[in-house]
Amino acid sequence: MLSRIQKLMRKREKIFCAFITLGYPNLGTTEKLLEEFDHAGVDIVELGFPFSDPLADGSTIQYSSQKALKKGVTIEDAFRVTSKIRRMGIQIPIIFFTYFNPVYHFGMERFISRAKTAGLDGILIPDLPPGEDPDMDRACKRAGFPQIHLIAPTTIRERASKIAKRSKGFIYYVSLRGVTGERQFLPEDVRAHLAQLKRLTKKPILVGFGVSTPEQARELCEFSHGVIVGSAIINHLRKDRGKTMRAIEFVRQMVRAVKG
Amino acid sequence: MSKQVPDSRGFFGVYGGRYVPETLIRALNELEKAYREFKRNSKIQRELKDYLEDYAGRPTPLYEAKRMSEHFNHARIFLKREDLCHTGAHKINNTIGQALLARMLGKTRLVAETGAGQHGVASATAACVFGLKCVVYMGDLDVRRQALNVYKMKLLGAEVVPVRSGSKTLKDAMNEAIRDWVTNVENTYYLLGSVGGPHPYPMMVRDFQSVIGKETRRVFLRRYQKLPNYLVACVGGGSNAMGLFYSFLNDRKVQCIGVEAAGEGVQTHHHAATLTKGEPGILHGMKSYLLQDENGQIQLAHSISAGLDYPGVGPEHSFLKDSGRVTYKAVTDQDALEGFKLLTELEGIMPALEPSHALGYLKNLMPKTRKDESVVVCLSGRGDKDIDTIKKEWKIA
Repeated sequence: MLSRIQKLMRKREKIFCAFITLGYPNLGTTEKLLEEFDHAGVDIVELGFPFSDPLADGSTIQYSSQKALKKGVTIEDAFRVTSKIRRMGIQIPIIFFTYFNPVYHFGMERFISRAKTAGLDGILIPDLPPGEDPDMDRACKRAGFPQIHLIAPTTIRERASKIAKRSKGFIYYVSLRGVTGERQFLPEDVRAHLAQLKRLTKKPILVGFGVSTPEQARELCEFSHGVIVGSAIINHLRKDRGKTMRAIEFVRQMVRAVKG
Repeated sequence: MSKQVPDSRGFFGVYGGRYVPETLIRALNELEKAYREFKRNSKIQRELKDYLEDYAGRPTPLYEAKRMSEHFNHARIFLKREDLCHTGAHKINNTIGQALLARMLGKTRLVAETGAGQHGVASATAACVFGLKCVVYMGDLDVRRQALNVYKMKLLGAEVVPVRSGSKTLKDAMNEAIRDWVTNVENTYYLLGSVGGPHPYPMMVRDFQSVIGKETRRVFLRRYQKLPNYLVACVGGGSNAMGLFYSFLNDRKVQCIGVEAAGEGVQTHHHAATLTKGEPGILHGMKSYLLQDENGQIQLAHSISAGLDYPGVGPEHSFLKDSGRVTYKAVTDQDALEGFKLLTELEGIMPALEPSHALGYLKNLMPKTRKDESVVVCLSGRGDKDIDTIKKEWKIA
């Protein structure tokens, strides 16, 4: 049986992936956003789990994480929200984005088995480079739970090639040297890097970090299979004091830009 | 000798490793390679030695604290006087070494995290010596409680960035230093101050600090034709302790004791006793013992001493704890203040609040020792920076 991600990739359309922080501004909003993003034509949701020390994240996601943690969000909430929207029949692929410690502490095998049952479609761990923790790799493999890996502009060719092989579903290409967060301009070398990476792998490549406007998304889609946007969405939620209208309108614009 | 640690992937048993964003992997690989060259290059090794001797003031004395020994009336107590190093603490041993490495890698900018400010000052100092730019991240809370060191860093030309996220202490300063490094990785060298972080830092910082134990061992053997029975050092991240213990790890009869900060007590939530109360986890690029809650979120540490106020610990300490080679104890803020008072009044030496924890533990250790035994305490830094804190706690008529 094809997974939700495989089905999506077969469509060969440009992909828009939206990141949100679980429990920001509250769990009810997270549920609502998942539902509305699905209606708005978002292809994948990256469900970010708040961590006390998000060292790959800029100030926006640090902020949403701290707010969510103050509300006492736990991994159980991720399972609960996901299974609820699956029961509602919403089939949008959801990738769990988390720092390694919460999963390690929960127990890797236990986490994966619960995540699968709840209806999560894969996991992306920004502070776990491929091969660093063989136990995690084994656990994911045994359960057939996709682990998505990141490739950075500083990744050398041979390593990029290996990471591309290991990454399941798609490859997350980090557009810039730095942390997540909105940027006015994206680095000039991103185009060349993507062209090079495309020669190394046939897997879909999604570009994230810094992508903030429909124009940037449109441009990046010319050289990749799609984009991942997080901080810009969180900032809309923040400006709207937790109401979802502006964020959803922004997401619709992004979907239009990506799908052309 | 037991197996060499860390292994080629940077693991001390199950601890250590490289749990970092992909962007940093190349920089860590380059650093590891450069460090291996650094160790083989006799010209650079000579340069390091010259700087340590003529600039940092090594070797530091091993002083027999006779009045303190008399006070306990058991084993003889010796102090390894790292407080007499240039800049007032052992941190300079590491920053000189790493600044030489930064120069070798062609980096022009140093970033560092600091808690008590000792590593910040030592980094700013090394940056001066080698003509590098220096940015120091420091928790906002620490900026206030270690004002003297902040001023010193600024005088030395460093930019001090107060960090207002999270607990506003060392942990958050380290997050911010890593974020800076990820952003400026092409021209920036991350000068990590303790035996933590991703491989090769725990190994490198240990090696640079191991001069403490090497000198202690050599001088002790020469003077007394034997080894000390006990080594005592405070543990926050654990660099001075690792530095003292490392050369003695194969001398199974030498008992090594690391003293953590129990803050208001390990039964409360206000402590920094990571090895005593923590569980293994992943933070700041390493797997090690951490203070964390039932959801795997990192907890806030607490200690009267900013340098020990950290919810993690170097991975080699976690390894040494599990193997039983080193024993870890924890003493409270109050015990540390007593340790400070004792050394000040009996020996005329004002210790920093970090090694005051090691001194504070002596009242538990000494009664178990014999007269013909000896105890070496690592006096990792001097107390000037803590005078404001001491003033609040200890009223003088």
